[in-house]
Amino acid sequence: MTKAVLDVRNLAISLSDGAVRVPAVEGVDFTINRGEVFGLVGESGCGKSLCALALAGLLKAPMAVSGGQILLEGRDLAPLPPREMRRLRGDKVSMIFQEPMTALNPLMTVGDQIGEMFVLHRGLTPRAARLKAIEALEQVQVSSPERRINAYPHQLSGGMRQRVMIAIALACDPALLIADEPTTALDVTIQAEIVELVLELCRAKGTAVMMISHDLGLVARVCNRVAVMYAGQIVEQRSAEEIFTAPAHPYTRGLINALPRLGRRLERGQERLTEIGGVVPAIRDFPQGCRFAPRCTRATAECRAAPVAMTDLNEGGRVRCLHHV
Amino acid sequence: MIPAATPLLSVQGLKVHYAVRQGWRGKHFAVRAVDGVDLTLRAGECLGLVGESGCGKSSIAQALLGLVPATAGVIRLDGHEITGAAQVSAMALARSAQMVFQDPMSSLNPRQTIREILSAPLRLHGMTDRAEREARVAEMLGLVGMSPEVASRYPHEFSGGQRQRLCIARALILRPKLVICDEPVSALDVSIRAQIINLLLDLKDKLGLALLLISHDLGVVEHMSDRIAVMYLGRIVEEGGWREIFTAPSHPYTRALISAIPDPLHRDRVPARLGGEIPSPMAPPEGCAFNPRCPQALPQCQSGQVPDFTRLGADHQARCHLLKTGTSHA
Amino acid sequence: MKAGANLYVGGGIILLIFLLAVFAPLIAPYDPVTSANLMYAEEPPGAQFWLGTDEQGRDIFSRIAYGARISLFIGLAVQVMNTAIGVSLGLSAGYIGGWWDEIVQGLTNLMLSIPTIVFALALMAILGPGLPSLLIALGMTDWAYSCRISRAQVLTQKSLNYVQSARTMGFGPLHVMFRELLPNISGPLIVVATMGVGSAIMAEASLSFLGLGVVPPNPSWGGMLSSAREQLMVAPWVAVFPGLALFAAVLGFNLLGDGLRDLLDPHGKGRK
Repeated sequence: MTKAVLDVRNLAISLSDGAVRVPAVEGVDFTINRGEVFGLVGESGCGKSLCALALAGLLKAPMAVSGGQILLEGRDLAPLPPREMRRLRGDKVSMIFQEPMTALNPLMTVGDQIGEMFVLHRGLTPRAARLKAIEALEQVQVSSPERRINAYPHQLSGGMRQRVMIAIALACDPALLIADEPTTALDVTIQAEIVELVLELCRAKGTAVMMISHDLGLVARVCNRVAVMYAGQIVEQRSAEEIFTAPAHPYTRGLINALPRLGRRLERGQERLTEIGGVVPAIRDFPQGCRFAPRCTRATAECRAAPVAMTDLNEGGRVRCLHHV
Repeated sequence: MIPAATPLLSVQGLKVHYAVRQGWRGKHFAVRAVDGVDLTLRAGECLGLVGESGCGKSSIAQALLGLVPATAGVIRLDGHEITGAAQVSAMALARSAQMVFQDPMSSLNPRQTIREILSAPLRLHGMTDRAEREARVAEMLGLVGMSPEVASRYPHEFSGGQRQRLCIARALILRPKLVICDEPVSALDVSIRAQIINLLLDLKDKLGLALLLISHDLGVVEHMSDRIAVMYLGRIVEEGGWREIFTAPSHPYTRALISAIPDPLHRDRVPARLGGEIPSPMAPPEGCAFNPRCPQALPQCQSGQVPDFTRLGADHQARCHLLKTGTSHA
Repeated sequence: MKAGANLYVGGGIILLIFLLAVFAPLIAPYDPVTSANLMYAEEPPGAQFWLGTDEQGRDIFSRIAYGARISLFIGLAVQVMNTAIGVSLGLSAGYIGGWWDEIVQGLTNLMLSIPTIVFALALMAILGPGLPSLLIALGMTDWAYSCRISRAQVLTQKSLNYVQSARTMGFGPLHVMFRELLPNISGPLIVVATMGVGSAIMAEASLSFLGLGVVPPNPSWGGMLSSAREQLMVAPWVAVFPGLALFAAVLGFNLLGDGLRDLLDPHGKGRK
């Protein structure tokens, strides 16, 4: 299995609170192949962003990786010291964030910020890096890059800033790009353009993409495979076509039915949306057994008794449910 | 009450301009946030107001609530005039229109109990009897699906979805006829959104409320609205019944908005690329404001006046030169 | 330093001074004014006079105890006035904005550019010495910080939806400012006001030292220091003990303010 760019095995992240360790993420397994787009979906607090930060080595105390392996091109990132991780970040693993304004340095021109990557990771001279930066801006379809290179982040629009973030992230042709809600802060018409841009560039470079989002519709449309997270665990992992048309886990099913999807009213009229009762549990209140059981209509005593393991589905994919559809 | 023919809300030629000073003692610029908007909304109806950031949809809401003065135009709500000389008092307006905000976290005063938050407006509006206020608070909490016991708690003790329920209870406490919902679910967890959407629709039917739904989420707008108005840069570019807007979108901007929504069932469908950026309302483009981004822009779109509405059906119209040439050919 | 230590040490010092002031008639062994007796002038500290006597033979401990009443009263009263002025101006400037904001800001900058004590001196010169003029002079000159802080806080809070919501309910600006906004910005204001008590006590002492504050022979720490000037070489205790009292009071209020800041700081909550 040399094809996998990223192989995450049994990843666990804990919150240390004095002497007590509270598990925030548990038993996360997935692989992403070269050129593949992998989606990680879930609501706020499900642990999807913690996973992303762990992959980039950016977890901050009190959160820390407490178990498992993160194999990037066969090399385990989990035990790497921060110094080593810093060398890899931006080079082998890159990240784009939700809010580009806070991720860019307001006091540096965008050209310098892109060029910095070439100086840092490729040892280029500032002059050569500047030329590469213009090239990178051109790639993300910024018009007149020779001029924009001298702009400061505040002089650019939100969509333009996100393009600059993408240019920085892809400057050194990373093996893996982590996109954490890359379009949530942008306007609808700009969102679509940014997503297409990321996918096009990564397809061309063969970069593996991990797309993190709360928007199941977006993820199901652009990804190859999708994992749904709930309360710190992956509950379903499927191909993107299947997860939307034939979801197996009651939570995934609930999410899809709870969304007023475009075109649904034309098909079925203004029916009541199916609600998922209750609220997402906090890290300290994760239930004993299946974590979705308290909100699940199919739950039985068996579900509440003991943790549920992932099982293989006949039609491919895996699900963490005793009574899956 | 009001005859059925008179809409609950009618807005004519509304303009909201802000003066912005660039730099210290610099030149004054007028930001034309809303630049000539007509709207009507009947009792018991939900009007979806769609548009991207800076299109002026929130300024309309603020003008309707009297939070910002209208630069020009007439707003009539429930028989009262909000603008102009015969302006209605803030108190009467408060009893006619209320608002539910996007972020339920910042919408409730953290230093007040739910009881204080809900009953202070009642006292202000002349309900002096304590027992009567208590009864109304309990009634409204029941209406939004919360138990009356929560009244003695503070906002931080509730989850996002519960807080949004409390915000809805507060918006309803004076029994208004119009509730403006500004992105009512976009700050909530996906699994909670359905609860709030269902609740709003139930309340609309039960109380005969008129809803003005401001949102950029077309899925939510399609689900909830009876009629839809699409805004771009301070003006309405297309309006009509929800079915017309979604089955026969006629303005290129409406089409772009709809095609930009990722459709998981049609993975091969690539969204239309608009290119360009949303222009600033401080310097709107000449002619049709959408022309710099429009994939079908004609020479006449780039200069002169904003195109007038072309009527496309009984309750469907759009501002686009393409439609005019289309009808002349037909 | 451990979180909370400031609060307890500061609070403890203030409590001691407060008790001293309240129970001065019970604690003080002599009358602070009428006990003058040149027989005992400039006695060093000892069993009979715990902290010694001054040039007129009055017991220094008794005078410090009674002086604490004046210092605390003036410190608190002055700070209440300053905070009321500063908060009203800052709150209204931040909330209303426009020309009113510009006027208030200009006034604040003016106040900040003139040292408080100079301003107070000028006022005292016009009003003449005495307690009422002291209150006016100090209570109207040191509001710039609470004004600035409340204005800045209001600017961040007023865009929050609960303020908008109160407006849509029909509540007027006074309600919004004092019932909705004020409780939400009170944390930092309490800190500033507490520290301000220390500086008000110091300012009172300075004015009394210059002979413009509390009129002798009434005891005040500043006045005691002033009259101790000439005996500094022969009877240092006459100056040292009122000085220490002043130092303790100012330190106490500053520590208390620091402690309150740790307690009220919203960012500190998560760390505990």
